Formats: sequence, C-alpha cells, structure tokens
Amino acid sequence: MLSATPQTASHGINWFKYASPQTFFPVAGALAPWFAAMGAVLFAAGLYIGFFVAPTDAQQGESYRIIFIHVPAAWMSMLIYLVMAFWAGVGLAFNTRLSGMMATALAPTGALFTFVALWTGALWGKPTWGTWWVWDARLTSELLLLFLYFGFMALQAAIDDPRRADKAGAVLALVGVINIPIIYYSVQWWNTLHQGASVSLKSAPTMAATMFAGMLVMVFACWAYAIAVALWRVRCIILERERRSDWVAQYLKVQA
Amino acid sequence: MLSVMRSVIARDLTLAWRRRTDVFTSVIFFVIVASLFPLGIGPEPKLLLAIGPGVVWVAALLASMLALSRLFASDYADGTLEQMLLSATPLSVIVIGKVIAHWIAANLPLVLIAPLLGLQFGLPADALGVLALALALGTPSLSLIGAIGAALTLGLRGGGVLLALLVLPLYAPVLILGSLAVEATAAGLAAQPYLLLLAALSFAALSLAPWAIAAALRISYE
Amino acid sequence: MNWGGVSEFFAMGGKGLYVWGSYAVTLLCIAIELVSLWLRRRAAEKP
Repeated sequence: MLSATPQTASHGINWFKYASPQTFFPVAGALAPWFAAMGAVLFAAGLYIGFFVAPTDAQQGESYRIIFIHVPAAWMSMLIYLVMAFWAGVGLAFNTRLSGMMATALAPTGALFTFVALWTGALWGKPTWGTWWVWDARLTSELLLLFLYFGFMALQAAIDDPRRADKAGAVLALVGVINIPIIYYSVQWWNTLHQGASVSLKSAPTMAATMFAGMLVMVFACWAYAIAVALWRVRCIILERERRSDWVAQYLKVQA
Repeated sequence: MLSVMRSVIARDLTLAWRRRTDVFTSVIFFVIVASLFPLGIGPEPKLLLAIGPGVVWVAALLASMLALSRLFASDYADGTLEQMLLSATPLSVIVIGKVIAHWIAANLPLVLIAPLLGLQFGLPADALGVLALALALGTPSLSLIGAIGAALTLGLRGGGVLLALLVLPLYAPVLILGSLAVEATAAGLAAQPYLLLLAALSFAALSLAPWAIAAALRISYE
Repeated sequence: MNWGGVSEFFAMGGKGLYVWGSYAVTLLCIAIELVSLWLRRRAAEKP
C-alpha cells in the first residue's frame, strides 16, 4: 500500500512516496538549507524590530526586550511537543518508520527551546521581580514540559531496538500530550491559590504593535530554524538506521 | 472477562501477601522520607504545618512510584506476562486486574498510614481525614499512570530511575490537587472541588490508561 | 528607537546583563545544537 510506485500525472503527487526514508532523505537535504536561510533572515529582522523599532517599555525599561526570545521559545517548545507527538502517533498507528524518526529528530530541538524559555524567563524575572526563579504558572509548566522532553529522550536512549524505541516513545509522547492541558491548569490553579495576586511574566496588557510584530517575526524565525534542524537531524537518523541498505552504501561512496 | 480479572486480582494479592516485606518496606520508606523533611527544615510547628500536606504527598508519590517496579517484574521474569499477552481475554482487562491488586498492596497501606504522618506535622483532625481521602482518590491515578511507565521500561537498563523520570512529571497534577485539598481543609476552606477533581482524574485514568498499558506491554515484548 | 550610542545599547538601561545574558545563552544553545549536528553527520557519513 505504501509502495514507491508513483501515480500518473492526473492523480497529482503521490505523497506516500515520501513516507520512505530513502525518498525523503534527498528532499530533506534540499529543503533544510532554505529553511535555515529563512530562519537566519527572520532572526535578523525580528531582532532589528525588537531592538531598534520597538520602544522602551514604560514599566520594565529595557529588560522587557527579553520577550522577543522568551515568548517565541516558549511557544515553539509547546508546538514542537505537539508535532513530535503527532508524528510519533502516526508512526505508531501506521507503522511507518520515517514518522518515528521525525519524532526522535524533533525532541532535542524542543527541549532546547524549553530550556531557552526557562533561562530567559529567569533572567527576565530577576530585574522585574527580584528573584532568579519565579514560580509563575507558565514557567513552572515549562519546567514540567522540559522533564517530559527529557523523559522521552531518556526512554528512547535506553532502548536499543530502534523500532521499540519509536513505539515506546510514541506511547509516552501521547500520554504526555493528554497530560499537558491537565498539568497546565493544575499548575495555574496552584499558582493563583498560593500567591493571591499572581506574580506573572505576562507582558503589558496592551502591547505596542511593534512589540507584537517583533515577537511574531521571531516566532517564525524559530519555526524555520526548528524545521531546518529537524530535517538535518532526521537525515542523520536515517543514515544511522538504514546503514546496512544499498542506497546508503551508494550514498556514502558518492560522499567520499 | 470479569472472572479473569477477579482471578488476576486474587493471584496478585496472594503473591503480594507471600512477599509481605515488600509492602512493609514501602510503608517504612514513606515514613522515613516524610520524617526527613523536619530534620532538614527544623521543628518549628508553624512551618511544619505549612509544609506538611505537600511533604506527605511527595513522600506518598515517591513510595508509590518505587513500588511500580514490582508490578510487572516477576511476571516478566517467569514468563507469565507472555501468557497474559497471548491469552484470549483482552489484555486491558488483565491489566486492570493487576493494577487494582497493585493498588491494594502498594497504595492502600500508604492511605492508611498517612494520617499518622499528618499528625507529625501538626495537621488538624479534619485535615487528616481529607488527607487520607485525597490519597485514596488520587493514588489510583498514580498506579495507572505509573503502570504505563512500568510497562514502557520493562526490562530496560536504568530501570527505576528512568521510570521515575518518566512518571513523576505526569504525577504533578495529582500532587498539586491533593496537597491543595489538605491545605484548604487546614485553612478552614472547602476541599470538595479538589477531591472531585482528583476523583475525575482517577476515573479518566481508569478509562484511558489500560489501553496505553496494554499497548506499552506489547511494544516491550516485540 | 534610537540608542544614544553603542555603549547605551550595550547597557540596556542598566539591565544589560539580563538582556544580553538571555540572547548570549540562546545563541550558545543554537551553536551547540548546530555543532553537535555537524559532528553527528560526520560520524554517520563515515563509511
């Protein structure tokens, strides 16, 4: 059913063809540099807006400029987890190898964004609230998300057989996805009940349009970067796992 | 199907009874961990009262999690688990039976001992009752979610610590709701919303987790 | 937004440590990720 026979032109592109690691490998290689370039350009544009166009915040001064990396990183950390769980689920349901590889490829990048969100959150909290760590509901949820990423990566690392690792990771990722809203709401509740007036890293209620624009550009920059890195990483994973097949042997000969 | 579940429960409880010391060690671990906190923080009563609910809950979480390795380990070792995978009864039914037995052997003792620990922290009488009730409502979730982790990590190196890493973040909502229930009672407020949510989480876990546990067992066996 | 000069830009109204600390660590993380990917690719492409 998932064979590599392309359909006739009148049926359009046979997408299932790209479900095979062998056919996806060159596609990923061709696409990744474009996404990387797009990411770099968007980073530059976003940071330009963030540092040279957006005005100084009335309450927080210049330290608020951290949001141009903090908020995009936080959004990406959650988006990547969803995408990762999606591909893992597809791999589990349809028994496709590439989907599982994609999920494994996404995890480290997701964890990285989560860490950046936490780090920048801490550095934003210090000048704003006076402490290096603020048990803000969202930061605490981010911390738990980081643990979920670590769990996924640790589980896959502990399993030698790649197919078992993919499927086990998929079950864990799907359990995690179901839990994330539960975790988020219980942490929110925990935060408001313990602190009364919540100490929150929400940006000013009415954000200047330029600030929002800068953040949005940075989100797209992070998105492009994440796609590029995931495509590069999945290429490595494909090479590692398909090492014994002919096409990899051919490819390596050509590379040498 | 129900008769199979009943026999699974009976078997597991008999096995647990033959290894009673495991149950005792879990309970003693629970008591020790809870007692370590005052040693680390100091005996000031107001402070202990403030941290009491959280500490007892965390200790219960850890004790519950440590017992998880017992859930599938011996069946995995002697081949019974493989028979369960091959049996005509749906695996999720067998799994529910195992988790119920595990809850009785591993978590019910914690529920019963917890009020004594609560006394150590100076919790008032009604808070002690809520503590036991909250644990009774929350520990089923812990057993069910923990069983998913135990099934995923079957036979892996790094075993117990890896299981902890997988399962503890998922325990956070139960921990939060559970300790909030006790703190609310100690402060004179209603614990009902938290208790209801704990019950809801356990029911949700009961309906969803068995599938995940069964899937995880099959994956670990391939 | 006009900065009075390069030194003002780096000072960030006194919060320079936090702002630059954030971006510096982000760039560091990106660099680590890219380098480790490059190393991984080299190891994967060894025959």
